[in-house]
Amino acid sequence: MPQLNMVQAINLALREEMARDDRVVVLGEDVGRDGGVFRVTEGLFEEFGAARVIDTPLSESAIVGAAVGMAAYGLRPVAEIQFMGFIYAAMDQLFAHAARIRSRSRGRFTAPLVVRTPYGAGIKAPELHEESTEAFFCHMPGIKVVVPSGPYSAKGLLLAAIRDPDPVLFLEPTRLYRMVKEEVPEGEYTLPLGKARIVRAGGAVTVVAWGSMLQRTLKAVEGYDAEVIDPQTLSPFDWETLLASVKKTGRLVVVHEAPRTCGLGAEIAATAAEEAILHLRGPVLRVAGPDVPVPLARLVDHYLPSPERIRGALDEVLRY
Amino acid sequence: MPESTLATFSVRRLEIIDPEGNADEALLPDLSGDELRRLYYLLLLTRTFDGRALALQREGRIGTYPSVLGQEAAQVGSAFALAGGEWIFPSFREMGLFFTLGYPIHQLFQYWGGDERGLRAPDGLNIFPVCVSVGTHLPHAAGTALAARIRGERTAVVAYFGDGATSKGDFHEAFNLAGVFRLPVVFICQNNQWAISVPLSAQTASRTLAQKALAYGFDGIQVDGNDLLAVHRATREALEKARSGGGPTFIECLTYRMSDHTTADDASRYRTPEEVAAWRERDPLLRFERFLAKRGLWNEDYAAEMKGKAQGEIDEAVRRFEAIPPPAPGEMYDFVSAELSARQRQQREI
Ligand SMILES: Cc1ncc(C[n+]2csc(CCOP(=O)(O)OP(=O)(O)O)c2C)c(N)n1
Ligand SMILES: [Mg+2]
Repeated sequence: MPQLNMVQAINLALREEMARDDRVVVLGEDVGRDGGVFRVTEGLFEEFGAARVIDTPLSESAIVGAAVGMAAYGLRPVAEIQFMGFIYAAMDQLFAHAARIRSRSRGRFTAPLVVRTPYGAGIKAPELHEESTEAFFCHMPGIKVVVPSGPYSAKGLLLAAIRDPDPVLFLEPTRLYRMVKEEVPEGEYTLPLGKARIVRAGGAVTVVAWGSMLQRTLKAVEGYDAEVIDPQTLSPFDWETLLASVKKTGRLVVVHEAPRTCGLGAEIAATAAEEAILHLRGPVLRVAGPDVPVPLARLVDHYLPSPERIRGALDEVLRY
Repeated sequence: MPESTLATFSVRRLEIIDPEGNADEALLPDLSGDELRRLYYLLLLTRTFDGRALALQREGRIGTYPSVLGQEAAQVGSAFALAGGEWIFPSFREMGLFFTLGYPIHQLFQYWGGDERGLRAPDGLNIFPVCVSVGTHLPHAAGTALAARIRGERTAVVAYFGDGATSKGDFHEAFNLAGVFRLPVVFICQNNQWAISVPLSAQTASRTLAQKALAYGFDGIQVDGNDLLAVHRATREALEKARSGGGPTFIECLTYRMSDHTTADDASRYRTPEEVAAWRERDPLLRFERFLAKRGLWNEDYAAEMKGKAQGEIDEAVRRFEAIPPPAPGEMYDFVSAELSARQRQQREI
């Protein structure tokens, strides 16, 4: 089995799915001849041609809006937004259309599309290149939100996302693109959307983390009796897996790099309180980014939750 | 009823200095020898900064940097037409604009070095911070111009952007607003013919960018963007028109991005060395040197002296930049809001 990094794994998923299903098309800025600014779509233009690998003008709203039209017509568009910070102009298309064309047309039209975008901080890039605003999208009914945390899951989740009958926002943790290699099988496998993965079993505390924070969390919990859950799909969230773990451990820590206030940690904590409070021995703690815009390179390391802060939260809940 | 024609249009193009440095005397803007030499120095300063920034990036002393190589004349020539007091909305590839306005050079190193404190414009200079989200600043220019009108102030507002930005919805919305309200805005596009790997021909099916203005009810002109004086003249005229109530103007400066898109890009993946070489021949700095030489304002010795001076100024800016103590972690909270929330204050303490 080849050892691939996440860029290669996503590339492989796209290539295999385009070969298998001629409805799949890729569109976005610089995705064709250039192979994408992170080279995620490298080689697809050469292999599948300009009709299926479309270099668009610099128009995020048109990229997502066109994907809605293409999907309704029967294609399976995979749109790329070059960085998550540039998705804002396309929010109207995502929220007002992709998320609700099924309901507005009472099931007559649907939007089975994927929007892929690099996401997250810590790559020392300019402003708006390091956003993690996943919670905005999880708040919108009708869109699924998926975050792979390694090459293996990236391929399986992307294949599932492309085949999903509804719009999926696929957030690719930029910091992980080339950080880790894993065995990634060639050929078909999907990982179900809406299903979390228990990455590490443990009995004393449940820790939830996704994207690049998962790697950091796994390092931080070394030596602790911690159960680590990678949700993989943020919306719809796999509450069953989470609650079963919390009922077992009695403690919950959520780690995310997005700002704390109204981040996804709030939803997770609220659900734990609603559905498992009698099993909890202490407060649910969030280790999150502060409530500031993501700073530039000089300060970004102080922004991201550090292993020390994660361990601090573990120590605190373990006191109960 | 027979079919009739409702509109026909033409698009003007302005070029004053030819590639050999010969000028069309009738079109020469009114600039003294000292001013011409100042312009030359600003071109050199911009180019020197650019080379140094690329070197610092390679050494890991600053972050990703977008080179302005080849676009200096479009930036310096237009900025030199500003009277002072205008509001300016830049994109991100306009170092020559910043230097011409006297923006502290070390602050640009600081910003591209990943320290947002570099973006604070000196008091009295109304230049908005670098706008990374392409084209999204254009409506701000329209709004500021509208505000100046509401206040009864005769000023002009200038917005800079690239060819790629003309594909954004915000371009359309800002142009439409400026046209509908006849706002005093000068829209300056540096059409460097590439938006990362996307060539102009894949960005628009329009023959020129300039003609887009016509659909919004105002003038568009294409100028040779590597001809400093053509850019200068067109900008001056547009500013005068704006200030005298004549409404907006769109200036398309046709130029060329001679470098990679940024230090994170490799342009050899999508364009040929021949294309780049052809544009190197049309280097705006060379053209301006030839023009100055023909007027007795330039020779090799003078060039060497000015290059030395520019090097010195950039060296000094690098020294100042590197002497700035790193920001303290708590500074990421500065300026988030006029007043921090109790929770933000608490977060800052830890
Ligand atoms: C809204 C938005 N989408 C995508 C990007 C990524 N990006 C940065 S520069 C660029 C190309 C811009 O082209 P152009 O407007 O011609 O300016 P140039 O880079 O040529 O100066 C792209 C796609 C961005 N910064 N903002
Ligand atoms: Mg361009």
